[in-house]
Amino acid sequence: MASGGIDPLFWESGPEIKPVYTAEDLEASGGVDGIGMPGEFPFTRGIHPYMYRQRPWTMRQYSGFGTAAQTHERFLYLIANGQTGLNVAFDLPTQCGLDSDDPMAQGEVGRVGMAVDSLADMEEAFADIPLNEITVSLTINGAAVPIMAMYFAMARKRGFDLATLKGTAQNDILKEFVGRGTWIFPVEPSVKLVGDTVEFCANHVPKYSPVSVCGYHIRESGANSVQEMAYGLAIACAYVDHVLARGVDIDHFAKGLSFNFDIFGNLWEQVCKFRAGRRLWAKLLRDKYGAKDPKSMQLRMIAGGGGAGLTIQQPENNIVRGAYYALVSALSGTQTMALCSFDEAYTIPSEHAAKLSLRTMQILMDEIGLCDTADPLGGSWFVESMTNEMEAEITRLMAEIDASGGIIAGIATGRVQDAVSRQAYEREKDLRAGRRKKVGVNCYVEDEEKREIEFHPYSETAAEAQIERLARVRGERDSDRVATLLEAVRTAAVAGDNVVPSVIDAVEAYATVGEVCRVLREVYGSYEEPIL
Amino acid sequence: MTAATKPLRIVIAKPGLDGHDVGAKVVCLALRDAGMEVVYTGLRKSPAQIAHVALEEGADAVGLSVLSGSHVPLTRQVLAELERLGIADTTVLVGGNIPEKDHAVLRELGVAAVFPTGSDFADIVSFLREHGHG
Repeated sequence: MASGGIDPLFWESGPEIKPVYTAEDLEASGGVDGIGMPGEFPFTRGIHPYMYRQRPWTMRQYSGFGTAAQTHERFLYLIANGQTGLNVAFDLPTQCGLDSDDPMAQGEVGRVGMAVDSLADMEEAFADIPLNEITVSLTINGAAVPIMAMYFAMARKRGFDLATLKGTAQNDILKEFVGRGTWIFPVEPSVKLVGDTVEFCANHVPKYSPVSVCGYHIRESGANSVQEMAYGLAIACAYVDHVLARGVDIDHFAKGLSFNFDIFGNLWEQVCKFRAGRRLWAKLLRDKYGAKDPKSMQLRMIAGGGGAGLTIQQPENNIVRGAYYALVSALSGTQTMALCSFDEAYTIPSEHAAKLSLRTMQILMDEIGLCDTADPLGGSWFVESMTNEMEAEITRLMAEIDASGGIIAGIATGRVQDAVSRQAYEREKDLRAGRRKKVGVNCYVEDEEKREIEFHPYSETAAEAQIERLARVRGERDSDRVATLLEAVRTAAVAGDNVVPSVIDAVEAYATVGEVCRVLREVYGSYEEPIL
Repeated sequence: MTAATKPLRIVIAKPGLDGHDVGAKVVCLALRDAGMEVVYTGLRKSPAQIAHVALEEGADAVGLSVLSGSHVPLTRQVLAELERLGIADTTVLVGGNIPEKDHAVLRELGVAAVFPTGSDFADIVSFLREHGHG
């Protein structure tokens, strides 16, 4: 179709892009009838009528390392610099449901995030932070039940009413099997545990978002933008199906689901992905699931990160990339934004780099007019045409997933993982061959001094202190009571009841993450990866 | 059939808790494309499990992928386990986020080569063809 010597152009996820778009192209792609107003079904243009004029995005950098005390200090620093939410990073033992004194935890305590063993750590991390003003996002998946339970127990102990508590847990276990890898239990009971948290929050913590469905990590693992959105929405549907099967009304829980998507790559492809995904989710909720409450149909999201787009070569370029990625996020109508920092390709972000990310978002919000009007790209022949096309592509892949047995079966058999790894391999080969340009990597390469990867200094002292603290907590708590409460968790799990209330009781008595997960593993078993 | 024409058998392993497995999986695909037989262990394997897989699979080489920063102690433990099982002659490669200053440390431990993030598949393939048979 391209003429006059213009080479054809394709986005990574498939669609061909014309060198110019007109009203006829838009009409041919399905027109603009399905767009609607911002704040109205199907929310193509955003979920609020006046978007950022009404509700500026939340800025929430991912942070956490070492002990609760060290993380608490970083939290205070970020809040002092104008950050309006917290996004907590946990260390790998915590994420994998292991206590700091577990042999498998050796060398990992506090390394890539904050170490949490018991309620004592949660209390110290959030001491004096106003949980009614600062919304907290817990990046926890496999061990989400005990960690959410600890957060709720801590908030309640501090005198906050759970009925008004806001915040998010990532708690999207299905994507952990595809990328990121902090699964603990087999696929089916893992979904059941997500269902427990969704049901519990719908009943008792209604303003809290118990799940943030992550296309993000699937994309970071290699998926293209269509796969990211299709797998993400299919996973969200799997959770919805599961909770509906419990007899919970769709409008009682669907507004608690939120999303997390990636922002690197082609700017237009990302913007159209988000607008298409938002419209598709609204239609699914209304038409497939019969939701009546518009809030149930709104795709609320954090659109951020972009880690896979950053490079270790010429790392200052990442500052520029980060600014463009943030622009994508703002043009896409995100509710929350976070940026990978420019040094994040080779280290845990320095304070300086984390602040630059925050300033990048603040410049967009306060200086250059990104908040002036809702969905500024709405109505563009190009953007609307490609939003229609992306929606068609995503719908097509979702139908394929359904036809091959559904997303849960696709993940349990490793089919989805395989498709994502193959896409990662193709992308890598395209980069190597220069078919896809990456500045500083396969073009405009400079002879630069080889940059050293810097790991955040691992503190043996902090790890030892954490292990001692755990021993002290175990020594001071009422052990008989903890044992009884852990048995109650086992009884609930065996009976197939919702385990969240019993886990809250147990962690309130200072049962540890490792102890709760051990009991659940004894009931549910451990996940075995399919052979690829 | 001589050792040189038999396809190389490679075990790609993820020791420790780190869940970043894109690199490991992509290297598996690249080695398979190059005609090698590849076994991927999956995540969170203990050094003893990895050595056991290497023995069971009759691996010519073991590639460890570590991105969390724990590469030195984990590699040391894997090498010790390989020795314990009497297969210390297995070629061991390490990939992932490995700072330059640790390359020599790993080689001193007995690692044949280090391929940090961003390495060319072709280099890994040619290294294995040359040194993979132990």
